[in-house]
Amino acid sequence: MAHAAVHDTHDTHDHKPQGFLHRWLFTTNHKDIGTLYLVFALIMFFTGGSMAMIIRAELFEPGMQLVQPEFFNQMTTVHALVMIFGAVMPAFVGLGNWMIPLQIGAPDMALPRMNNWSFWILPFAFLLLLSTLFMPGAGPQGGWTLYPPLSLQGSNSIAFVILAIHMMGISSIMGAINIIATILNLRAPGLDLLKMPIFTWSWLITAFLLIAVMPVLAGAVTMLLTDKYFGTSFFNAAGGGDPVMFQHIFWFFGHPEVYIMILPAFGIVSEIIQTFSRKPLFGYQAMVYALASIAFLSFIVWAHHMFTVGMPLGGEIYFMYATMLIAIPTGVKVFNWVTTMWEGSLTFETPMLFAIAFVILFTIGGFSGLMLAIVPADFQYHDTYFVVAHFHYVLVTGAIFAIMAATYYWLPKWSGNMYSERWGKIHFWMSVISVNVLFFPQHFLGLAGMPRRIPDYNIAFADFNMISSIGGFWFGASQLLFVGVIVHAVYFSKNRATSKVWEAAKGLEWTVPSPAPHHTFSTPPVIDDSMLAHGDVSH
Amino acid sequence: MKHDARGIAKVALTVVAASFLFGFAMVPIYRIACEHVLGIKLSGEAADASRVALMTVDESRTVTVEFVTGVNSKLPWDFKAENVRVSVHPGALTEVWFDATNNSTAAIVGNAVPSVAPNEASPYFNKTECFCFTEQTLQAGESRRMPVRFVVDPQLPKSTTTLTLSYTFYANELATRQLSLLSAPLDGIAKN
Repeated sequence: MAHAAVHDTHDTHDHKPQGFLHRWLFTTNHKDIGTLYLVFALIMFFTGGSMAMIIRAELFEPGMQLVQPEFFNQMTTVHALVMIFGAVMPAFVGLGNWMIPLQIGAPDMALPRMNNWSFWILPFAFLLLLSTLFMPGAGPQGGWTLYPPLSLQGSNSIAFVILAIHMMGISSIMGAINIIATILNLRAPGLDLLKMPIFTWSWLITAFLLIAVMPVLAGAVTMLLTDKYFGTSFFNAAGGGDPVMFQHIFWFFGHPEVYIMILPAFGIVSEIIQTFSRKPLFGYQAMVYALASIAFLSFIVWAHHMFTVGMPLGGEIYFMYATMLIAIPTGVKVFNWVTTMWEGSLTFETPMLFAIAFVILFTIGGFSGLMLAIVPADFQYHDTYFVVAHFHYVLVTGAIFAIMAATYYWLPKWSGNMYSERWGKIHFWMSVISVNVLFFPQHFLGLAGMPRRIPDYNIAFADFNMISSIGGFWFGASQLLFVGVIVHAVYFSKNRATSKVWEAAKGLEWTVPSPAPHHTFSTPPVIDDSMLAHGDVSH
Repeated sequence: MKHDARGIAKVALTVVAASFLFGFAMVPIYRIACEHVLGIKLSGEAADASRVALMTVDESRTVTVEFVTGVNSKLPWDFKAENVRVSVHPGALTEVWFDATNNSTAAIVGNAVPSVAPNEASPYFNKTECFCFTEQTLQAGESRRMPVRFVVDPQLPKSTTTLTLSYTFYANELATRQLSLLSAPLDGIAKN
């Protein structure tokens, strides 16, 4: 609090700091840091996306055409790391930075200088990661999961990758601590936890997941580092270690991690559906408890990623049923979204289109996840394109669609201008059609037995791969529209946004002007429950 | 206001430190879970001879024990079991032989890592003598015949009729390096 107060006094008249260094490098303003995160995530989205284009180009036809297999393996590995740690997670942290203080009536994040640091670590972490692609002996090729012994058999660039992962982890942990401190500490008087906007709730739970599991990943990669360079044998069978143990430690982090990448998306979609249905969110408290249940369950299901390692039958059965249990709170959420829309006065602006597509397509990804949870079926599906299709449905049409929905939903608040609804809708329809052309055939490829992470394949898989690649290029090109719509809205749009932006928008973020001034809620707002989306506890 | 932001950050940092340590604690937890919850024997130590001696031979049952041998790609050795399978009565002490040959032109230290399948039967498989208990040093071109003596516990569940004992030989790079240092310094000193 003390920091924020001091900051406010030397900058009272909403004068933004001048000059690039002062405005961006030294910034402690949650809105500017949010913008930095979002721009960084967009750059990483295109970096990881161009790697995906190389992958799909090589897989366009059977046989080796464009790249060497070693390079292909680097592409699959680095694509995943960039998209997870560089695009999806920073985008959510950026949205959290921008919106959480606005949603809870706080003047800024609780720890603004740490906020600056958690962002500015990231560009260096990714510089380190991406530099491995240009190193002698090449970058990491063993998959983003870094399973030993394979990940340790490559070049010394693994040491750079591990250090980069440490930095990304420190950045996320600091971001999460900041969000927890902000939500617990800086809520406007009268904003009880169970009146908080659902997006803020989803981030509070995500932040707890982050501080609980990112250090476990740090531990796992540290053990990899000492195994390779310091003669330890955590995962080295020759020295009495066990490579399977790495998988247990990794997925103890990895499964909560996949929920870290989806819970804020749940929050975003809940916000958008209630606004464009012109109804309060159906079952708000059930939604909060469902988020918490999913977060809890994420800690006790990790071994479903590794059913084929030769676990005892009892373990497989336990992890199968525990995994299926997650479908219950997730089902609560999906049904509540549908029920929120039921008999609502729906309009279909771009954010709503993305949110509805999220509900449908994320559910498809959830169902294929349930199929993968079935142990005997998983022995068939494991490490095939079915898995690839599954996690791209939950991450692209899940997490990424929610991020895009959030961008369209809150961009008028950030920039003060309305985006072009016409081009937003074109972007939506191009994306939603192409993403299905891209990923739906991969289900069939996987069921037919095409393994993942291979640069060449049996000609029996040729047709569906070609369709998938066409969808891939189409989806990739469609995202240029996204950039176009954003640039137009920020710099060229003449269509000014009102402070409320959307007809039925409710919540504190819509009470400040558009664009949101550099400093907001310097004095805590006086809250009337009717201003809040969930002020009425009876629903 | 309600709490101090620094206080919350301190609690959160404690959680972070605890989870970092928990990542390392998973190493012993993994071993404990395998041995005590899932009943998989991980230790490669010799079975207690006095306990094995008390086992009575169950002539009414025959269990097939199969042997699988493998060599890690970094170890230029041949390694084979003399018999791929034997039939034994539970409780009876059985001796089988394995052959290893060092095909390289240098002395190498190897370690064999055993594994028993199905893994829930692993606590019933008792080795009283095994080359896997110690490092094996083979000089260049040397061959060695190595025994394994074992007793299958008569309490092995009736449903298990076949046990597979698998060995993988790994190069013990640290011991091999030390071995070459022991012989090399003499040359080094002579040159100086």
